[in-house]
Amino acid sequence: MTRPGRPDPDALLARIAPAEASATPRGRLKVFVGASPGVGKTFTMLEHARQKRAEGIDVLVGIVETHGRADTARLLDGLEVLRRRALPHRGTVLEEFDLDAALARRPGLLLVDELAHTNAPGSRHARRWQDVEELLAAGIDVCSTLNVQHLESLNDVVARITGVTVRETVPDAVLDAADEVELVDVTPEVLEQRLREGKVYLPAQAERALERFFRRPNLVALRELALRRTAERVDVQLRGERAASGATGPWEAAERLLVAIGPDDDAARLVRAARRLAGSLRAPWTALYVEEPGHATLPAARRELAQDALRLAEELGGAAATVPGHDAADEIAAWAGQHNVTRVLVGGRRAGWLGGPWPQPMAQRLAARAPALDVLRVGGDAAPSPPPAHRTAPFRLRPWLVAAGTIAACTAGALPFRGTLAEIDAAMLYLLAVVLVALREGRGPSAFAAALAVAAFDLAFVQPYGTFSVDDVRFLFTFAMMFGIALALAGLATRVREQADAARQRERRTAALYAMSRDLAAARSRPELARAMLRHLHDLFGGGITLLLPDAEGRLDVVAERPVGGHEAKDLGVARWVFERGEPAGTGTDTLPQAGALYLPLATADRRLGVVGLRPEPADRFDDLAQRRLAGAMLDQVAIALERTALADEKRQVHLEYEAERLRSSLLGSLSHDLRTPLAAVEGAASALLTGGARVPEPRRRELAETIVGEAHRMTRLVTNLLDMVRLESGAIAPARQWHVLEEVVGAALGRVESALTGREVTVSLPPDLPLVPIDDVLIGQVLINLLENAARHTPEGTPIAICATAGAGEVEVTVADRGPGVPAAEREAIFEKFHRAAGGAGGTGLGLAICRGIVTAHGGRIRVEPRDGGGAAFRFTLPMVGTPPVTEPEPA
Amino acid sequence: MSIPGPLVLLVEDELAMRRFLRTALEAEGYGCVEATTAREGLAHAAGHNPALVLLDLGLPDADGLDVTRRLREWSQVPVIVLSARGHEGDKVAALDAGADDYLTKPFGTGELLARVRVALRHAARAKGEPEAAEFRNGMLRVDRLRRQVFVDDREVRLTPTEYTLLGVLCRHAGKVLTHRQLLKEVWGPGRVTQTHQLRVYMAQLRQKLERDPARPALLRTEPGVGYRMVDPGA
Repeated sequence: MTRPGRPDPDALLARIAPAEASATPRGRLKVFVGASPGVGKTFTMLEHARQKRAEGIDVLVGIVETHGRADTARLLDGLEVLRRRALPHRGTVLEEFDLDAALARRPGLLLVDELAHTNAPGSRHARRWQDVEELLAAGIDVCSTLNVQHLESLNDVVARITGVTVRETVPDAVLDAADEVELVDVTPEVLEQRLREGKVYLPAQAERALERFFRRPNLVALRELALRRTAERVDVQLRGERAASGATGPWEAAERLLVAIGPDDDAARLVRAARRLAGSLRAPWTALYVEEPGHATLPAARRELAQDALRLAEELGGAAATVPGHDAADEIAAWAGQHNVTRVLVGGRRAGWLGGPWPQPMAQRLAARAPALDVLRVGGDAAPSPPPAHRTAPFRLRPWLVAAGTIAACTAGALPFRGTLAEIDAAMLYLLAVVLVALREGRGPSAFAAALAVAAFDLAFVQPYGTFSVDDVRFLFTFAMMFGIALALAGLATRVREQADAARQRERRTAALYAMSRDLAAARSRPELARAMLRHLHDLFGGGITLLLPDAEGRLDVVAERPVGGHEAKDLGVARWVFERGEPAGTGTDTLPQAGALYLPLATADRRLGVVGLRPEPADRFDDLAQRRLAGAMLDQVAIALERTALADEKRQVHLEYEAERLRSSLLGSLSHDLRTPLAAVEGAASALLTGGARVPEPRRRELAETIVGEAHRMTRLVTNLLDMVRLESGAIAPARQWHVLEEVVGAALGRVESALTGREVTVSLPPDLPLVPIDDVLIGQVLINLLENAARHTPEGTPIAICATAGAGEVEVTVADRGPGVPAAEREAIFEKFHRAAGGAGGTGLGLAICRGIVTAHGGRIRVEPRDGGGAAFRFTLPMVGTPPVTEPEPA
Repeated sequence: MSIPGPLVLLVEDELAMRRFLRTALEAEGYGCVEATTAREGLAHAAGHNPALVLLDLGLPDADGLDVTRRLREWSQVPVIVLSARGHEGDKVAALDAGADDYLTKPFGTGELLARVRVALRHAARAKGEPEAAEFRNGMLRVDRLRRQVFVDDREVRLTPTEYTLLGVLCRHAGKVLTHRQLLKEVWGPGRVTQTHQLRVYMAQLRQKLERDPARPALLRTEPGVGYRMVDPGA
């Protein structure tokens, strides 16, 4: 229920969110935009900087090119200038903006000239605007300059106006995200004047091209572009202000734009046009590519054109989607319907981009299918330029040989039966052969086979044999029919095959994804997860894979790799950068492209989990959008699985902390009681002795002294147990295993508890052939002492106690059994917990059995209590026989 | 106390412990000198010529182990070290460095006095009395001349190694011997780490000499430290 005129809370939140997302507030970006070189952007920026410095702001010149202009250089006077970084490159040294030094210096305002500049090889980012992004993310305010022809979405427009293609482009999003944009404008007349005076810097080698560039009509057109683009931004700002103030406008009915592209060189142009239209409409937009059945057999170069265009759409801030389908128009209409698209842009050059059987242009076909859609046809260039030569798929001879071979085999097989076969039978046989070729080898070879079939039919089965001439003219008609039918059949068969191929590929991707998510779901720990991930990614993409996860201190390191040792140590910095920033880097990206692998972040909506390094085989595998998508989907799965284990760890941690807390409170309770009681008795008895002196009669005096000794003894036991427990739990006690004679350990323990066992029959039955056991005698002695003391405490006086041991497979089991009341079934697990005391327990510390369990567990054994045959309890613990027993030298008697 | 008994040097930094030790010892007729630091302890050991030293291993200014070593450089005075439970390694090191016995805190008066008596008696014997031809301890009788061993007057046949081992234990009856000391005396200095060998022979000796080997009356085990032949005088 939003009342009209009230700001939509979601919209407000959306405005706040970017500001809150990161801990350090993002730096502010101011861009000085000009229509062309020479308008005075750098000059204006420096003036701005001087003014800021006068206001007391710490201004640093990151990089500024004065191009030898004296008035610009003068403005630099008195401003701090950052030293440039020297990058050795092919024998020369290139000077470049030093990003790390700027990040370390943290100025209040940093000047970075030429946003569109391409960094020298060896820099962290390929492009300077990426450097600026990182600076902004680090919270540093930046001023920069940009010529309008460097804007990505205007790239082709500028090229068409000026005839000069600019390669260094900046994504529009960078300018859109700028906090301030200042247009530096001069009239073309003034600019021409400056050119004549030599005030505009022109690189010598580009002089001729630039002369064309600086013609009057170009300058006018560029100026108009710059003004329009800046005005557009003002409009966006205005809209932002209005949204904040809660005013509603006519644009609330959201536009959605779809641009349908095909696998041709028109695709990129269409995408740029869509970006411009979407920008002025302020509408979200998507580039859609329909994978028609013929997609799989398209030349690789054409497929890549579509992929490139989709990638461009993503770079320009749009979305990209691929759907499989039989009829592009149907799919586009369906997609538009599902996604509330209001306008569709289509290319105008062809009817169906696969040369399909449709006579109408796409615009008309779409209009017929979805009358509610606005369909915009974007005009094309007059002549499509051929795709770049290096992208054509290599010619393969084999399919053509197979086609020829099949027809030849068919002829040879049927020739002996020429007398018995009718011509029509032979023709059918050839048609069958053509279909077979089509099913296996695709379009070209099957057409070739069709032609061969007709020729072979004529030669071998139509009289006169062995010549192309025919007796009966009607056969010419037969040949034509046969060729037509063969072609049609071949076309159909090829399409069936292509669709099957496409389906199989999708099936394989889905299966791979499914198999991986199944394995990931089954993985219970990080190492298992890492193994499953490595296996699946390797199966799918081949090459090398590295998984890097943060350790306890949050430092990223390699946890798994395949092949082992494939990860280059120098790449660790790249991986850490990816982890910090959550953006891909390395091979095939614009960031640190010299790295040995492509590094992709593993992250979910609210957590950075790690980094995966991929060295795909072949290296250009991820140029294919489908492959990148698949990798992305798989990494998402990995991220989710990692998050799951992280959450499980956290849950366990929380549970542990809860347990620890519970324990602490029960420990405090136990301590305050068990320590204070004997202390009170000791203090009381001692003070009675002290103040009473000689007046205390001798028997009383003795009683008091006995109290002191007894209570002190009790406290000693408690404190000893507590210390043991703490040391056991902190891992300070590691069993020092040696090979022991169990009898001796039992004997020593019995010696220690002699007084507690007075009046009891204690039987020890150890088999004479009991082997030496690898134990820490002091610790296992303690286990026996605790068990014996427990038995003495919890069973009626005079009842017997038995100690026995048996050697089993790989372990020795020791039992301490009594004839007491036994342990109730419900208590048998709990009595080994800390501070658990038997009901009506006779003054135990509640730690003895917990210590026993701790020690036995440290030895790799288990401890349990069972009811004893004939009444009583039997405490049994196992001692595994780890290691090889030593050989004792026998000696003659 | 007309005749002052043997003088005992207490090296212990805890006042409460010193009080307890002094009271217990003086009640039995021993004389006492107290020192609270290792430096003071060594000075008193040289100045008073005590008959016995009770040395705490946890002194503020130096390791009790060092004190033992320094003492042994010039004196054969019996040394009993005092240490807390759980520091078996320290005790063994002190014993190997020349201490005669140890007491684990907390201990009672009875235990303290028994150890002191054994240590003093050993010191007296070490001063040159030849070993008696016959050793008796409860049911055990060892005829050193004939190398014969009797339990309840019934002869028991021992292997040469067993006999040597028993001999070492008898000679130091009442005193604890570390694994290292026993191995060195019986098997020689090259075999001091083969404690399992020692354990096996001790088990054999118990089988032959003890009525109930699992509850030995003669050959006691000191877990983590070594073995002790029960004091015949106790």
